[in-house]
Amino acid sequence: MGNSLNAWSEALVGFTPMGLPLGLVILAAIPLVFIALYSLTYGVYGERKISAFMQDRLGPMEVGKWGILQTIADILKLLQKEDIVPTSADKFLFVIGPGVLFVGSFLAYAVLPFSSSFIGASLNVGLFFAIGIVAIEVVGILAAGWGSNNKWSLYGAVRSVAQIVSYEIPAAIALLCGAMMAGTLDMQKITMLQSGSYGFAHFFLFQSPIAWLPFLIYFIASLAEVNRAPFDIPEAESELVAGYFTEYSGMKFAVIFLAEYGSMFMVSAIISIVFLGGWNSPLPDIGSFALNAWTNGPVWGVFWIIMKGFFFIFVQMWLRWTLPRLRVDQLMYLCWKVLTPFAFVSFVLTAIWVIYVP
Amino acid sequence: MMNSLTYTVIFYLFAAITVFSAAFVVFSRNVIYSAFSLLFTFFGVAALYVFLSADFIAVTQVVVYVGGILVLLLFGVMFTKGIMDTEVKSDVLHIIPGTLILAGIIGALLYTFYTTHTWKPSETQLHGSLVERIGFETVSHYVLPFEMVSILLLAALIGAAFLARFDKPDNKNS
Repeated sequence: MGNSLNAWSEALVGFTPMGLPLGLVILAAIPLVFIALYSLTYGVYGERKISAFMQDRLGPMEVGKWGILQTIADILKLLQKEDIVPTSADKFLFVIGPGVLFVGSFLAYAVLPFSSSFIGASLNVGLFFAIGIVAIEVVGILAAGWGSNNKWSLYGAVRSVAQIVSYEIPAAIALLCGAMMAGTLDMQKITMLQSGSYGFAHFFLFQSPIAWLPFLIYFIASLAEVNRAPFDIPEAESELVAGYFTEYSGMKFAVIFLAEYGSMFMVSAIISIVFLGGWNSPLPDIGSFALNAWTNGPVWGVFWIIMKGFFFIFVQMWLRWTLPRLRVDQLMYLCWKVLTPFAFVSFVLTAIWVIYVP
Repeated sequence: MMNSLTYTVIFYLFAAITVFSAAFVVFSRNVIYSAFSLLFTFFGVAALYVFLSADFIAVTQVVVYVGGILVLLLFGVMFTKGIMDTEVKSDVLHIIPGTLILAGIIGALLYTFYTTHTWKPSETQLHGSLVERIGFETVSHYVLPFEMVSILLLAALIGAAFLARFDKPDNKNS
């Protein structure tokens, strides 16, 4: 099984017409196209509709039936906009900032298993890579904030970076609990260990009662890592105009949002892979009625992981319109004095569970 | 999987990124640009680790140097007053001793390289997943150095927390 596992993506890598590694480029482009499409449809349009329904509004209704063409109209508008670089801004850092930010959020897609036969790179340090590569995003935020030469931008960038760097610690320890239950850091293997004919019962979340604690800790910390409410103090509209992207307009603004939606799906996919079985079907076999076997396979896998990811993105949007924003000191209190100790407790408890309970 | 030409091209691409960004760090007169250029240096070095099939060290390189040290450096630089006005002195001073040291180091390295002739391959070959081996060796064979390093880090953490602590004023009037 191990050899045939990544057959499809390995065959694509081997596709080198005229000695050019074209397959490698195509492989890298697939998640890119996915991010663009999903941000266009579910990210922007879905967020506007969901927020509207939560506030008992209708949301965009004018362009197309139920406003479904609204995002395309927005993209056309953004494309036509003048590309403004403020005169007092640091030109180079201002331009490179959104690019570095997007690359940082996109790099983790290299190790996300989208199905049993599609993964960019089945690294044996996959999970570690996915946690660590967020560091690039941090540098992009700082470049954007500093390059804008605006006090709101700089404050937003500093807040955002302090938040991301702090919340990486409980997030990493919580994921370590999942990695400990799996005994590997390879995300494809973590997913495979959670497959079985009982569907959801094989997921790590339902394998051990302790797993709920790191699951919740990682979910809270991941909200902070992608700067979503209630941890969106970096872009707090009421204090800092829009945080580190105050000065951005046109397509650079769109790229920053693409990066945000990219990392939103990235953290949702990571939490689904580590705790909820990734591309495995949650449906159990009922007697001879092989529901699990029918709903598993390379194509179904893509469906399941995207659905699980979208579910967590929906929860992120839901929380955004439900909870008020935290203050800076409350944010740091929650990270260092609540989440980190509980993450350590869950780490020790998971270790005991893994050793003593079969 | 990949043919050797592609492999070589990618290797030289990352080597060039590392060397040029490192040169930019040294020669740039703006501290901010130096610090941001360091990102590409660290990233290039991480890529070179991947070419040595040390993927765990490569990711650790990114986590520690980009996520930790570079961010700390950028914070330090950004909170310094008048950072854009100060020109960093990167003029060449002491040309003769510098040249002598440079020539000495290059001579010594080339001498070692030409007298030993070949690269020395390690006696133990790498097989399978490296991460598990690292974890296994750390808590079995090298457990004492590992624990000593963790105690050192703990002491450093406590010291940092103590230094950064906000002192309450003794008298309530002030």
